[in-house]
Amino acid sequence: MTYQTEVKADNGVDTEALIGARGAFEQMPEAAAFTFRSDCAWIEGTYSSNNLNGYFGLGQEHTRKQTYRIESDHPEVFHAADRAPTPPEIVLAALASCLTGGVASVAQHRGIQLNAVRVVVEGDIDVRGILGMDPDIRNGFSAIRASFDIDANASREDIAALVAQSQKRSAVFDILTNPTNVAVSVA
Amino acid sequence: MKRIHTLVIGAGQAGLATSHCLTERAIPHVVLERGEVANSWKTERWDSLRLLTPNWQSRLPGHCSEGADPNGFMALPDVIRLLCTYADASKAPVETGVCVAALTAEGLGYRVETDKGTWRADHVVIASGACNIASVPAFSDALPPHIAQLTPIDYKTPAQLRTGGVLVVGGSATGVQLAAELRRAGHDVILSTGEHIRMPRHYRGRDVQWWMDVTGLHETPVSEVDDIDRVRRLPSLQLTGDMSRQFTDLNSLQAHGVEITGRLAVVQDGVAKFSGALANHCALSDLKMNRLLDTFDAWAETSAQRDLPPPERFDRTRVPTMPRVSLDLRSGRIATVIWATGYRPDHGWIDLPVFDRKGRLVHDQGSIAPGLHVLGLPFMRRRNSALIDGVGRDARFIADRIDRARHTKAA
Repeated sequence: MTYQTEVKADNGVDTEALIGARGAFEQMPEAAAFTFRSDCAWIEGTYSSNNLNGYFGLGQEHTRKQTYRIESDHPEVFHAADRAPTPPEIVLAALASCLTGGVASVAQHRGIQLNAVRVVVEGDIDVRGILGMDPDIRNGFSAIRASFDIDANASREDIAALVAQSQKRSAVFDILTNPTNVAVSVA
Repeated sequence: MKRIHTLVIGAGQAGLATSHCLTERAIPHVVLERGEVANSWKTERWDSLRLLTPNWQSRLPGHCSEGADPNGFMALPDVIRLLCTYADASKAPVETGVCVAALTAEGLGYRVETDKGTWRADHVVIASGACNIASVPAFSDALPPHIAQLTPIDYKTPAQLRTGGVLVVGGSATGVQLAAELRRAGHDVILSTGEHIRMPRHYRGRDVQWWMDVTGLHETPVSEVDDIDRVRRLPSLQLTGDMSRQFTDLNSLQAHGVEITGRLAVVQDGVAKFSGALANHCALSDLKMNRLLDTFDAWAETSAQRDLPPPERFDRTRVPTMPRVSLDLRSGRIATVIWATGYRPDHGWIDLPVFDRKGRLVHDQGSIAPGLHVLGLPFMRRRNSALIDGVGRDARFIADRIDRARHTKAA
């Protein structure tokens, strides 16, 4: 007699808790309203540093155990000291991490074990835009490409579906592909 | 005040099927219709519309009319004729030209106020349709005034449009059909689409509706679906009721010169801004289509269908390298915008606390409250609940429920 053990995928994502949260937010939609923030200070030149800690959610303010720091600068070709990545690169990193987290979550939900996930994200910028040389050239990325390399116990088609679903549910993908009203004020 | 056991509101396929089933069970009832029988079909659809289901799939309780060509697709006059014939054959007690203004609870039943007097009924069946109002985004107000705006409820024929470009917003069956028709009529057409579902009209020599029928997909009950809200929101399949065109998808539209781009996100300062997610929406659509074709092939394999041609997979959706993300609506290229952005039912006359926070009627398999029923909504009990072919089963179910309630009360 043989016993078949059901092998469950473990990508370290607690999808059951997330599904539970869906139920809770259905009852209390106001708890789902989150506000995230970054507190940035200028250091020198184009060098600046962001502190990220507090955020609002589930109806209250939260403080993390530690404050995270994200620095930004510009490379030497722009006559800067190159002490940190450029802000657009941080945007690419944010997209990469958002999609990767999404792939892990969707894979967990679908019972797919991931062995390795890598994504290379590229964005094209014509810097004549930010230099104000041509009004027809935008400041931001004219195109962004993300290329995944995924090793998982799943078919090619199922992996393609993971990647498609992670885009469908990604905050940063939405931020980049849809317009957002941005209000900037001076205290 | 007039009294009746059961009042059916709406004389389209849902109301007429219900009436037929109530008559079979000798349940006294009246059908109230704001216009004429098949009113939405007569007044709120475009001229070239054909059903997306073949003639053989127009089975209504006690009525089977597949016509001369069971595999053909009914044009609008055929659908109207079908429903009028059905109403006559079932001797449906329809009162036409009666507009319901309010539905409220009264005692253990309901009070229905109309422009032709008030009714009191133990049971009310809401069969007023799922597509009464064309959903249009709020930012439609921000369009430059020189642009004509139409919904599929106002749109009848290309001749109605002024010369110039057309932006069709929406990639479900309605959007792709109108984009194809307007392109054939010589317009410069841009189609903006978010999530959509590509589907071949026929596959392995059989109509896609045959496949959905034999594989049991049409009959999938609500209980077998893990997220019914999501499934009820799915856009209609990109199909046309025409066997000669296998696809009315983004590839075929592009081949005919229609420009495709992402979902229209907003209009600001006269500029339309489109989502940059078109490639993913196309990928999702191809994946969905292929999953469905896999289901068909698996069924064909296990049920040992011998007379079918071999499985086939289609080219992926061609996505332009750089789909536009903005369009200046003041430039003069676009003269008309068509909002094929979905329909919703008009339940504004229901004066009862039976709606969710998004204003949708809350029901369990068509039961809203004791004595209050609805039918004809998407995936109400089964996947084909909103189809002519599926509404009959729901009508029987509801008629049985009303019948049981009557006997319980009598006992």
